[in-house]
Amino acid sequence: MADKPRSFQEIILRLQTYWAAKGCAILQPYDMEVGAGTFHPATTLRALGTKPWAAAYVQPSRRPTDGRYGENPNRLQHYYQYQVLIKPSPPDMQDLYLGSLKAIGIDASMHDIRFVEDDWESPTLGAWGLGWEVWCDGMEVSQFTYFQQVGGHDCKPVSGELTYGLERLAMYVLDVDHVMDMPFNDPDAPIALTYGDVFLQTEQEYARWNFDIADTDVLLQHFVDAEAECQRILDAPADDPKTGRKIIMAHPAYDQCIKASHVFNLLDARGVISVTERQAYIGRVRTLAKACADAFVQTEAGGAA
Amino acid sequence: MPDLLIELFSEEIPARMQTRAADDLRKLVTDGLVEAGLTYASAAAFSTPRRLTLSIDGLTGESQAVREERKGPKVGAPDQAIDGFLRGAGVAREDLEVRDDKKGQVYFAVIEKPGRLAAEIIAEVLEKTVRNFPWPKAMRWGEGSLKWVRPLHSILCILTDEAGTEVVPLDVDGIASGNTTQGHRFLAPDAFSITNLDDYETKLKRANVVLRADERAEAIWNEATTQAFALGLEVVEDRGLLAEVAGLVEWPVVLLGKIDDDFLGLPPEVLQTSMKEHQKFFSVRNPKTGRIERFVTVANMETADQGATILAGNQKVLSARLADAKFFWENDLRVAKAGMQPWLDSLSNVTFHNKLGSQKDRIERIAALAREIAPSVGADPDLAAQAAKVAKADLSSEMVYEFPELQGLMGRYYATEAGLPSEVAAACEEHYSPLGPSDDVPTAPVSVAVALADKIDTLTGFWAIDEKPTGSKDPFALRRAALGVIRLVLENGNVGNLDSLFRRWIYGHMDGEAILSSINPIIAEINNGAASLAAISASDLPPLQKVAIVKAQKLTADLNISEIKSKTELGRRILATSEIEANNLLSFFHDRLKVFLRDKGIRHDIIDACIAMPGNDDLTLLVKRAEALAETLATDDGENLIQGFKRANNILTQAEAKDGVEYSYGADIKFAEDDAERALFAALDAANAKIAPAMKAEDFSAAMTAMAALRAPIDAFFTDVQVNADSEILRRNRLNLLSRIRNICLSVADLTKIEG
Repeated sequence: MADKPRSFQEIILRLQTYWAAKGCAILQPYDMEVGAGTFHPATTLRALGTKPWAAAYVQPSRRPTDGRYGENPNRLQHYYQYQVLIKPSPPDMQDLYLGSLKAIGIDASMHDIRFVEDDWESPTLGAWGLGWEVWCDGMEVSQFTYFQQVGGHDCKPVSGELTYGLERLAMYVLDVDHVMDMPFNDPDAPIALTYGDVFLQTEQEYARWNFDIADTDVLLQHFVDAEAECQRILDAPADDPKTGRKIIMAHPAYDQCIKASHVFNLLDARGVISVTERQAYIGRVRTLAKACADAFVQTEAGGAA
Repeated sequence: MPDLLIELFSEEIPARMQTRAADDLRKLVTDGLVEAGLTYASAAAFSTPRRLTLSIDGLTGESQAVREERKGPKVGAPDQAIDGFLRGAGVAREDLEVRDDKKGQVYFAVIEKPGRLAAEIIAEVLEKTVRNFPWPKAMRWGEGSLKWVRPLHSILCILTDEAGTEVVPLDVDGIASGNTTQGHRFLAPDAFSITNLDDYETKLKRANVVLRADERAEAIWNEATTQAFALGLEVVEDRGLLAEVAGLVEWPVVLLGKIDDDFLGLPPEVLQTSMKEHQKFFSVRNPKTGRIERFVTVANMETADQGATILAGNQKVLSARLADAKFFWENDLRVAKAGMQPWLDSLSNVTFHNKLGSQKDRIERIAALAREIAPSVGADPDLAAQAAKVAKADLSSEMVYEFPELQGLMGRYYATEAGLPSEVAAACEEHYSPLGPSDDVPTAPVSVAVALADKIDTLTGFWAIDEKPTGSKDPFALRRAALGVIRLVLENGNVGNLDSLFRRWIYGHMDGEAILSSINPIIAEINNGAASLAAISASDLPPLQKVAIVKAQKLTADLNISEIKSKTELGRRILATSEIEANNLLSFFHDRLKVFLRDKGIRHDIIDACIAMPGNDDLTLLVKRAEALAETLATDDGENLIQGFKRANNILTQAEAKDGVEYSYGADIKFAEDDAERALFAALDAANAKIAPAMKAEDFSAAMTAMAALRAPIDAFFTDVQVNADSEILRRNRLNLLSRIRNICLSVADLTKIEG
């Protein structure tokens, strides 16, 4: 695999193969709209508690405010992240990461790869960690974080998290200047498709909807509903009368937290949230995230006996 | 005398923390060793992105044995007392000795601390240091509980003497010490063993690691300037960036790259900021044109293609960044050339502070104030107001949104593009200055007027809403703003009396929002049902409060604040509060002024003596007075005059207290008996004749020289004349004479405040 990949999907496939070989469970994207791969419960919730974990997955991510109608060479309202989470973080986490760069055709002996300080903090998730942004020849190709806290809980043991911004990384590896020109599948395939063939139209459609059309009253109601439902789920007694088992519904509650977070992002893109309100909304999502984290650590997957 | 070498090898340490961490390591370990009884000849610490290293030379091989005797309780004392003593001394009861003392038999503990080997002490001190290291932010990793800045991988700890090298054994959270380290992450990743500092530094260099940060910085700078020079170019100096870059690489490789022609039209500051902030590039300038044409990047890698791939990658990233910057610049230019109106309009949506309105409100106030101040600083009032109105327009521009540090500078470019007068454009940039105590103070009159108006509006605003700095908290940088006003005034002439300016401006800030916040408790009562709106209307609350409450309830709009302010009880209260706050703000200025003048070598008591005089809200006068007084006090006459004044004042104060009268008038030369007494009368007359007009002309220097000339006659008077004469007439006359000394001196400055 020393040769260079030729398409966007080949880079994804090589990352999947690499991390599978290193023992990660290759999960599928979470089936909800999220702002970043970190929101996937396989990261947010599984970083909590004492149970060991190793997972890698692609996560489609949405940032409505970043929409540029497909015109900007590298800004998109919908893009892909590749996410790796290993708990406890292995002592050779940096070497494992460098191995993944090699797998996608970045030869460390020809490039300048650097770990530059970047502390990560997610006010919406009540989470923070220390680590770096990784530079390859001056370009940020990944985020590397040792999680210290999630949902207000100390991470013990600590998870190591990697996030690759796939479009940007691929554009670099494939030497493409505009994301829409990037080959999505094999450029020699009978039906060769570029990133633009797949996503240009959707970028335009969503940018218009995000910025101008989305019904803010409806969205505001969605936010309130998600918030209430999350709380209601968590307030339900742990003992399920039907099965006679103890079932804490941390994941369904967390889905509502994700939903609230995404609705907030949409409202933000519509420009209806003032600076002061912004903090309040972020605080409300954080409250949900913390409550879900509290619930998850009571469950078996969360390490409760 | 062994030498000690310690290396703490970790994942990449943030560049900004390295120097401090190396210092902390040196201090904590050497302090710990000394405290445990070791001594050393010298110590030095080093840092790279992946290691902190400490070298200590000439360490003693072991600590001295210590014998200490402690006296305890009497024999027969309660067990509790004896047990406490045993705990404190760390000995067992059977080890106590009984000795005869003056008051009987007493227990003695003899504590023998044997000497300890250096290795044992080092292990202890180093473990403690690692566990308690003062990183600004530390983290855990894996399953461990140890905290370090990033995961710690290995500890090298060796002692070397003539006999050879030995590892100092220790274990911190499963990391055992050894005598090996690794070289460059990619160029020489294998481990190798070390015997001493020289060996360490040599082997590291062979393994592509330059140990010393200053050596790395120097190599970077030399190589960069050499490469630039070869092309007839020069590297723009940036020491902060150089230090940072030296902390990002173990093996610096300097690469000089080209900036695409497309971007050379951008303002040089934009190129510089974008390259520095995002990419940590140095700017390379053409000295003939002053343009930034190239960049220097510092890689941490040697490659087979001499860095060609690395440079190409960096150039590509830069082009993408600069394409953004160019996009912003071009969009901004369109708005600027059309007169910047959309930016000014959008500032009304930007909140400055929720009690002080929007940026647009603030700009209106600054423009009014700049117009008012303009004549006293020699600026055209219309130009000053015009400049104030556009000075913050660039805050809405795309470039400043992306690079906040370019605020002001972009304003100047855009104002120029908008075709505004050059004084206005200059004020856009300069009105933020001075930002620090050593920052340049603007001198162009329009810039000075806007700079003063901006800062005074900020200060009076935050005083009006009671958001003053407290202790170390100064979130709105009000201390800096006050110092800015002080420096602007002192270096550019006078804005006159600050007190009335403060009062009027604070009063002006106390409008709608401030009033509403003062009646919030009442609104809360209405909201929770404890009081009804009807009850409020029927109550005998001052009318403004009623109206404001109604307004707060959104039941009516249109409240004419200024009318209500001038006609109501609450209005009068606001006026009184403005006066109090203006006074408070003036004291704040005086405190800042003291700090400022102290740095210029003027003692705080001298400033106090001048602040106590009337007209202390005129900073120019105040400083002139303080400088003259400091100068006078530095002379022999001046210093002794103070003693004479104090003596006169003390005698007077005592006599006045004793007699219950004030000796202030009526000294008559006809009762003078002594030559020295008559001479003092004459001297005081002469001094008065000079001081009064000099003070009127604000010529403090002349006034104080005249005052200092009183020294000899006062000294002679106290030598020859006894104030408390037997004759009551003589005594009273002399006391009244002393009061003339006091009055004359106090008309110049409050000398009672002078210390010593």
